[in-house]
Amino acid sequence: MSTFKPRDWGSHAPFIAPGYKSTVLRGPTRPALAIQSGLTEGTGPRFAPAAVRKLDHDLTKNGVTNGEPIGERIVVHGRVLDTDGRPQPNIVVEIWQANSAGRYVHKVDQHEAPLDPNFRGSGRCMTDANGNYKFYTIKPGAYPWGNHFNAWRPNHIHLSVFGPGFATRLVTQMYFPGDPLLELDPIFLETKDAAARERLISKFSIEKTEEGFALGYQFDIVLRGRNATPMEN
Amino acid sequence: MAYGETPSQTVGPYFAYGLTAGQYGYDFSDIVTPTVAGSDAKGEHIRITGTVFDGENNRVNDAMIEIWQADADGVYSEKPVDVADTGFRGLGRCGTGTDANNRFWFDTIKPGVVEDAQAPFVNVIVFMRGMLVHAFTRFYFDDEAELNAKDAVLQSVPADRRNSLVAKRIQTPTGIEYQIDIHMQGDAETVFFDV
Repeated sequence: MSTFKPRDWGSHAPFIAPGYKSTVLRGPTRPALAIQSGLTEGTGPRFAPAAVRKLDHDLTKNGVTNGEPIGERIVVHGRVLDTDGRPQPNIVVEIWQANSAGRYVHKVDQHEAPLDPNFRGSGRCMTDANGNYKFYTIKPGAYPWGNHFNAWRPNHIHLSVFGPGFATRLVTQMYFPGDPLLELDPIFLETKDAAARERLISKFSIEKTEEGFALGYQFDIVLRGRNATPMEN
Repeated sequence: MAYGETPSQTVGPYFAYGLTAGQYGYDFSDIVTPTVAGSDAKGEHIRITGTVFDGENNRVNDAMIEIWQADADGVYSEKPVDVADTGFRGLGRCGTGTDANNRFWFDTIKPGVVEDAQAPFVNVIVFMRGMLVHAFTRFYFDDEAELNAKDAVLQSVPADRRNSLVAKRIQTPTGIEYQIDIHMQGDAETVFFDV
């Protein structure tokens, strides 16, 4: 077993990022204490393929009650790899999102847009031996939120990844190319490094687009790599 | 580095029907629950509970807490996590939006001491709306004062902040409970680790 490289803070937003107002009272104010990485940080949960059931990766089908969900059908392809380019096999990717009208199934979401009786908006998939994953869904709509006057979230899909260790845990959001709301969205912009932000935007792919069925997008997820030398016990 | 890390983004307020569906009553299966150890797991069965507070000392009702811990022998499980497993699973997840007092809870066993540590502890990740990056912390146990005094990580924490990492053991009618709150800010701010 080897440990993981430290988190690259240049690729992430700070805990307190005033453009996103909720961070002001919720982010830790004191610096996180660095600790020597050990067994704890090098290990992490595994999941069996059975954790992902037959329709879990198809959000266009897994919430159906009486018909097809409304909206633009898409297929998202991606690869989970580490910063050294090593593909990460058997990694669970959990997914949740708003429907095509920009409304979440969550009871707390009171945005005045319709729920879709045929779309729940959650699912999961697992990477194959080469680190590839794929899921089908409906392109999520934009929606307003209370951060500032006329604030709207860009279209996005939430993704949660365990990775190979507890240290590599990642929750992120996948955005869509060409979305004019991105340059106005503090959640996106508080990642200060422009090159890092680009990694949050999926790429449209005509090769992944399925003829007559679904537009294709590619979204690769990069987790921290391992230290070159195995840890000393 | 050949590739840059994918930035972390907030879990937001609406994670429950994707990540904690069973706990919140949504029609979707779970792969992780607040049960870290089933009834057949070896070890002392305990419950860990606590509340998350923001910088104005308000209870946070939309946080999600995950824990990862060793088994009673101090070993991290390599067996796949399975919510049907009645033994030790090692991983738990709980949202703070369903308990009347917005507590999180985990049903687990007290971990053994891991080979390269000196005291038993549980690894913790805190996610919530208003956090663009999750925070790592640990829960230690207050009835392990002797081992805690030797633990390199705990002792690296300034003495006046160490208590923020130590859960209090309480006997309740339903069994042993360890209580520990997470303070995001303020005088009692929890120590978070750069893991």
